[in-house]
Amino acid sequence: MTTTKQLDELINREYQHGFYTQLEADTIPLGLSESTVSLISAKKNEPAFMLDWRLKAYQHWLTLSEPTWPNLHYPPIDYQHAYYYSAPKSEKTGPRDLSEIDPELLRTYEKLGIPLKEQQILAGVAVDAVFDSVSVATTFKQKLSTLGIIFCPFSEAVQKHPELVQQYLGSVVPYTDNFFASLNAAVFSDGSFCYIPPGVRCPMELSTYFRINAKNTGQFERTLIIADKDSYVSYLEGCTAPMRDENQLHAAVVELIALEGARIKYATVQNWYPGDKNGKGGIYNFVTKRGDCRGDRSHISWTQVETGSAITWKYPSVILRGNSSVGEFYSVALTNHYQQADTGTKMIHIGRDTKSTVLSKGISAGHGQNTYRGLIKVLSGAENARNYTQCDSLLLGSKCGAHTFPYIEVKNHSAKVEHEASTSRIGEDQLFYCTQRGIPPEDAVSMIVSGFCKAVFQELPMEFAVEAQKLLGVSLEGGTG
Amino acid sequence: MLSIKNLHASIDGKEILRGIDLEVKAGEVHAIMGPNASGKTTLAQLLAGRAIYTVTAGIVQYLGRDLLSMTPEQRACEGVFLAFQYPVEIPGISNALFLKTALNAVRKYHLLPELDAMDFLSLVRERMKRVGMDDAMLLRAVNEGFSGGEKKRNEILQLSVLQPRLAILDETDSGLDIDALKLIADGINDMRDPARAIILVTHYQRLLDYVVPDFVHVLSQGRIVKSGGADLAKNLERHGYSWVDTDAIASLATQANQATQAPQAH
Repeated sequence: MTTTKQLDELINREYQHGFYTQLEADTIPLGLSESTVSLISAKKNEPAFMLDWRLKAYQHWLTLSEPTWPNLHYPPIDYQHAYYYSAPKSEKTGPRDLSEIDPELLRTYEKLGIPLKEQQILAGVAVDAVFDSVSVATTFKQKLSTLGIIFCPFSEAVQKHPELVQQYLGSVVPYTDNFFASLNAAVFSDGSFCYIPPGVRCPMELSTYFRINAKNTGQFERTLIIADKDSYVSYLEGCTAPMRDENQLHAAVVELIALEGARIKYATVQNWYPGDKNGKGGIYNFVTKRGDCRGDRSHISWTQVETGSAITWKYPSVILRGNSSVGEFYSVALTNHYQQADTGTKMIHIGRDTKSTVLSKGISAGHGQNTYRGLIKVLSGAENARNYTQCDSLLLGSKCGAHTFPYIEVKNHSAKVEHEASTSRIGEDQLFYCTQRGIPPEDAVSMIVSGFCKAVFQELPMEFAVEAQKLLGVSLEGGTG
Repeated sequence: MLSIKNLHASIDGKEILRGIDLEVKAGEVHAIMGPNASGKTTLAQLLAGRAIYTVTAGIVQYLGRDLLSMTPEQRACEGVFLAFQYPVEIPGISNALFLKTALNAVRKYHLLPELDAMDFLSLVRERMKRVGMDDAMLLRAVNEGFSGGEKKRNEILQLSVLQPRLAILDETDSGLDIDALKLIADGINDMRDPARAIILVTHYQRLLDYVVPDFVHVLSQGRIVKSGGADLAKNLERHGYSWVDTDAIASLATQANQATQAPQAH
């Protein structure tokens, strides 16, 4: 059929962020051992508690094996064949302001469309950019610090605010949590740290952009966000990586802590290199993200748009510990070519009158496999817990797959848990309707898909929503067959 | 404008159209009538470029060009419009966005500047008034949750915004009450123009009381079995399709007899 052929062509466009920046890098020897861990800690000039924690994590990691339960298929990963630390050399001493940053690096960010310059003030975005393993520039720090907000690279927080790091690090995702979280705890090299003091509403969107540049480098970043009593913060995370034939490992950990009355909105647009159309190369994205609604009336929402990576393993979750706390998860996951995603959420209801909402939109194209895996757990003390889950899958073509694994565990009779699921296919009739009005098929597919995702996009900050929509268009190449 | 010669088409190996001949000139309104499963919708959708049908024989020329070699979007941009019998829902996409995307796609094809949001809105609001549609319909998702009448009126709105040269309306009258039918008919009459041809595909004659066609064709079993003026539709209404069918079968049988008998007479 002609429409199918056109769709195939459209879906076979190239990854648009696949450039590599020539920079001198400071890389430690290949492989992973106790001395790798110590070396990373030493490079970061970390206090003893950090090294101690890392080494415990490493020892624990040795006792674990990679999880096999996900609906993902990939060859075994050789953890000894990766570099666990790589930093652009010229950044060793740390830049004081933008003028000290390697212009080549800034050009890379420009290509990515990250606002690193003065116009940022207009855009209202403060960016903490992580390039390979170290944070290269943190903007707006001054403006934020007058409000008492701390927003800086993780390594800087370790130096300047060790008491906060020590109090909260690993308190949501302990180093024993899972295989990838343990690995991250042992070798993470940088990330972002954010603390919002009591009663403060962060006046701008905070943002981090991650990019894996060096060859064979695993990126293990760690983000820790603490929203103190009655504070508010909205946080954006974007990811890209250059094209490589080999698979690259990315195992990040994000911990969110919301104290009484606090609210954290965390949005991700993940566009790591997905591999080529035959499934060669691409990022293995094994990420542990968890929020803890520690105080009463606290509120955490995750919004994610996952279009990249060869493999995505990710379950941003919320522990609803405080009474009347609220957890939300809004997700769009797109798999095309040979991409695989096993993603979803966990909502753990512990406190009374806790509420959670899960809205998941999975889009599968090409040979893509898309799995929603979600756990709703209501503990016995969670009187009047409420959950609403909606899981929709959209299929483009006949070689892709959509799977849904909802787990529900309820130990309190007053709980109400609802689950709705649907699977649909982009209809030949929908496409024909659009093309008959003069709309080219590629635009028609993007339009139908963005309509499908609208409820999730509405949860994204404006500038991200626009980017997400564009990304979907680009990522959809090659979906029907 | 449109010239169909000996058009044969099938779906899944089953022949639906068995030799259609039809000439449509600019400014004319043609009604194609016929019982269920006579091939009306197939003909309408095939002309608009739906890929599920296979043309096995025949040619279709549109403005002197080979219509069948054009993609659906090319046909649309060249001015072929199909009002769908069952308009399709597109969840999450507003009517306004859909129409603006369509209109600008057509304008772009003709190297015209795209309309911005303000110009588009003033255009579409004026057209909505004409077809008696409420502004609120612009913000609703395309056809989602629309009543049958609203869907049909939405097709007429699209027709009126896109201003095609050849409008094919597939059972746009079906499922409408009399008030809605009159509104739709007004919308169609509004589109009559010396430069535009309209093909009305319909099962019933009642639309033709309000939109009086220049020609009426009766389709049966994939062939046009009878053509005439507006009064043909009235006869059909009185006698039913079996009247044409028996009539047509009789005339086909006569032709066949003549063909087979002729050599014997020799």
